[in-house]
Amino acid sequence: MVQKIDHLKESPSQTAGPYVHIGCVPNFCGLSGVYPADPGAVMTNDATKGERISVTGCVYDGVGAELRDVLVEIWQADADGIYPGNDPRGPADPNFTGWGRQAGDYGTGEWTFQTIRPGPVPFPDGRLQAPHITFWVVARGINTGLHTRMYFPDVDTAADPVLSRIEHKARIPTLIASETGPNAFRFDIHLHGDQETVFFDM
Amino acid sequence: MTLPNRPGPQPTYFQRDRAWHPPALTPQYKTSVTRSPERALLSMPQTLSETTGPIFGHDMLGAHDADLLMNFAQSGGSPIGERIIVHGRVLDETGRGVPGALIEIWQANAGGRYRHAKESYIAPLDPNFGGCGRTITGHDGSYAFRTVRPGPYPWPNRVNDWRPAHIHFSLFGTAFAQRLITQMYFEGDPHIWLCPIVGGIPSREAIETLIAALDMNNSIPMDARAYKFDIVLRGARQTMFENQPEGA
Repeated sequence: MVQKIDHLKESPSQTAGPYVHIGCVPNFCGLSGVYPADPGAVMTNDATKGERISVTGCVYDGVGAELRDVLVEIWQADADGIYPGNDPRGPADPNFTGWGRQAGDYGTGEWTFQTIRPGPVPFPDGRLQAPHITFWVVARGINTGLHTRMYFPDVDTAADPVLSRIEHKARIPTLIASETGPNAFRFDIHLHGDQETVFFDM
Repeated sequence: MTLPNRPGPQPTYFQRDRAWHPPALTPQYKTSVTRSPERALLSMPQTLSETTGPIFGHDMLGAHDADLLMNFAQSGGSPIGERIIVHGRVLDETGRGVPGALIEIWQANAGGRYRHAKESYIAPLDPNFGGCGRTITGHDGSYAFRTVRPGPYPWPNRVNDWRPAHIHFSLFGTAFAQRLITQMYFEGDPHIWLCPIVGGIPSREAIETLIAALDMNNSIPMDARAYKFDIVLRGARQTMFENQPEGA
């Protein structure tokens, strides 16, 4: 016998299901009057520092159909590369939340985040990562929420320490948004199949 | 603004045990077939992007946010169903309470009907029940909701699949890497062992951690029974000997 390591096990994940809106974005699904606003709907205000951008996209299944019951969350640094909340390096822009939550449109599956372009954030060894936005995707049929990242098409990502870990270089473009207009980006996520997005385990 | 390039010692989180969680592809749960990644997840070290997370303050909460008997009820009304309290603690894998964690829940009413445009089950809506609630854990990770026990309901998967009674839980810890959505089931419900969503979890031992226990000691006599449900988020590693270059 040896000493016991008395650690608990993480609660197993279960799907968010088709009615995730009720708990996470009740106003979006017509359940009004309980919360004044849906959490994560607004990330910025008039005083937020940085370049205003929009990020629009859809999440697609393996048949190419858009998920119309998807919930997408993003987490990102402020314009200086500091995370709001509990970044150990110091306070972030007080006019930026860093966290956004949007549901896919019931008809088209499309979602849009109004945010700012994040600054670069260091890797643990001190190298800078290319600016990126973390995405977390849940929906009916997804048993455990999926983490991925969006990078920007107009920034050199060749030295990014995370992207450089991807063995199949042909998959790197699945993490790079396209620019569809001034300060407007599109980032589609494919869950399954030939165009499958790179998802992370960290 | 000049930033330090090295963030300094900070917690990172235990590796997620993917063999404990349901795999992405669970064919008995049919929707997972085209919504499950086929390729291996890409492993990466945790960076500030994963070890930080949004902070939610108690000032976002309304007076009845955690009370589903009250937060949608018409004046003088109350939802139909078994009155219950769901309480417990949010812990991390080291057993420490996680304070300040936002918990959001959603559920069907006592008849098994969700208040949602895409829901078509024949059971009626309850005019006094919305089905959403939220709270933020206290200093020891504790939380409590008051609600009605949700009913089981049929769903389009196999010809005659019924979900066990359940409450959906969404959790934020202190890091975005801890983000979790799960479901709480009720002690003694035979549907737990028939459900293809539950059955995606590989072991009985893991499933049992999602089953809340009837807690008579915390029940309110002549009013509401209690169920105890603890939730465990990924644990934080100690930072001993890390980020200290030799000779520095």
